[in-house]
Amino acid sequence: MADLKVRLHDLEFKNPITLASGTCGFAREMAEFFDPALLGGFFLKGSTLKNRDGNEYPRMAETAAGMLNAVGLQNKGVDYFIENIYPEIKNYDTQLIMNVNGSTVEDYVELAEKVNELDKINAIELNISCPNVKEGGMAFGVTCPGAEMVTREVRKVYHKTLIVKLSPNVTDISEIARAVERQGADAVSLVNTFLGMAIDAEKRVPKLSTITGGLSGPAIKPIALRMVWQVANAVKIPVVGIGGIMNATDAIEFMLAGASIVQVGTAIFKDPMIALKIVKGLDEYLDRHNMHSVNDLIGSLQM
Amino acid sequence: MPKKFVADFNVIQNTALNATNFLIKIQSDSKLPEILPGQFVNVEIKNSQEVFLRRPFSIFEVDDKLNTLSMIVKILGKGSERLTNIQVGDTLSLVYPLGKSFTKPFVSDKILLVGGGSGVAPMLFLAKESGLPREQVDIILGARTQADHINAQHYSEFATLHYSSEDGSLGEIGFVTQHSIFTEKLRTYDKVYACGPDGMMKAVAKQAKLAGVFCEVSLENLMACGFGVCLCCIEPTTKGNLCVCTDGPVFNINELKWQI
Repeated sequence: MADLKVRLHDLEFKNPITLASGTCGFAREMAEFFDPALLGGFFLKGSTLKNRDGNEYPRMAETAAGMLNAVGLQNKGVDYFIENIYPEIKNYDTQLIMNVNGSTVEDYVELAEKVNELDKINAIELNISCPNVKEGGMAFGVTCPGAEMVTREVRKVYHKTLIVKLSPNVTDISEIARAVERQGADAVSLVNTFLGMAIDAEKRVPKLSTITGGLSGPAIKPIALRMVWQVANAVKIPVVGIGGIMNATDAIEFMLAGASIVQVGTAIFKDPMIALKIVKGLDEYLDRHNMHSVNDLIGSLQM
Repeated sequence: MPKKFVADFNVIQNTALNATNFLIKIQSDSKLPEILPGQFVNVEIKNSQEVFLRRPFSIFEVDDKLNTLSMIVKILGKGSERLTNIQVGDTLSLVYPLGKSFTKPFVSDKILLVGGGSGVAPMLFLAKESGLPREQVDIILGARTQADHINAQHYSEFATLHYSSEDGSLGEIGFVTQHSIFTEKLRTYDKVYACGPDGMMKAVAKQAKLAGVFCEVSLENLMACGFGVCLCCIEPTTKGNLCVCTDGPVFNINELKWQI
């Protein structure tokens, strides 16, 4: 039984397996299957200042080894979260991380200020990479000046761990990572979904109401892994690995490439219990490789 | 304690009911949780490059002594087609029980159940579990032709069975909503429940609304997760966009924004 504890800036995770925003609700949906205390943490469903209805149906299209989604940040707004959801989940013995979204820099700042007041939320994941909203979202995350501006302004008001979630829909993701590091990000998480498209050939129409959407699942894993490796080599802050992790081996690969913790996302739709199996598989791997701590694994890729 | 489960079941029966519908019966090694009419299971389709996500199916029959449950699988695409090739002795992974059930009728209620195609599955389950005497339960089973109908004769123990078919080969001719029950005595029912193709449910909803009768329908929007985290299967309602998988699949027609 190896030591699975890992730190990400000021945060301690009991193990490096967490669930990705948009795939685990507000953790309570997962608590209907298992005890949330068994996982390192939950990156909660993306929140905005005000209620958002999200995009029209259909929002999902299955693809080879993955899926496209175009949910569009449907949520009831941060005040609803604070009043109705936070009290129910705040005593889960795990890290709860808010995923924060906005159409303007002011939105991000106001939201971060509100979340800063919540005792049991010790980090935010600044989402500058949502591909499914018309304003804000990915628009900030695909240029260095945009990413720097949001990070800098949120950093001024948010005093706990600030993780910035990066978009893979850029020419050089490590440039963006360095840009947010310069502005005070404590960690980066990557990748968000890849912009994609699906067409119904028989009906000659797009399969998504928004025409394009975000691709996730094992289809994107090799690209995500490459990006995590590049970013881990480009910045000094810790990296959260995301992208098509389906099993313990996938999670281990991201950690070898330099991720301190990982997020499991789309795999949850196939198996809501998958993250627990990944924790077990990781533990067995560490024993088999005579590693006493999971920290020995992080970035230990042999070149 | 968990309320929802991921569990392997053993396949104990896979029978073709007609050209496109299969009855798949599965058994668990452990005690089943409470499962109610209208709830569904999300089934893993193994070893397929093209089918990544699970496929949701209404629950048809449950035996809580033998720990078996069954579903009617209609071939609609690659996922359901692969599933109907499953063999007795194979293992099937389920996420279950999912979704909300139909509103239980009051003991004095007279109810009408309307099932079209594979939508007959939850209707027959509800007929069996309604707790009402047979005289208070009518069920209309609709299909294109006699050959598309599923043999439901043994359900006459729980309900009076009525049939309709588009070509008149079984029961009354036409759509379910053209059946004489709809044209002559819809107002005599306290509750109407429907499951089937969208067009059928909308026609039922329209008639029920005109007659002022309580009506619930079971929707089947495209789903990814089935348990309320992906927000893909949303349906616009009077309470905003709701998840068919967790807020439904059963909805009162007054909640829906259907143009009927």
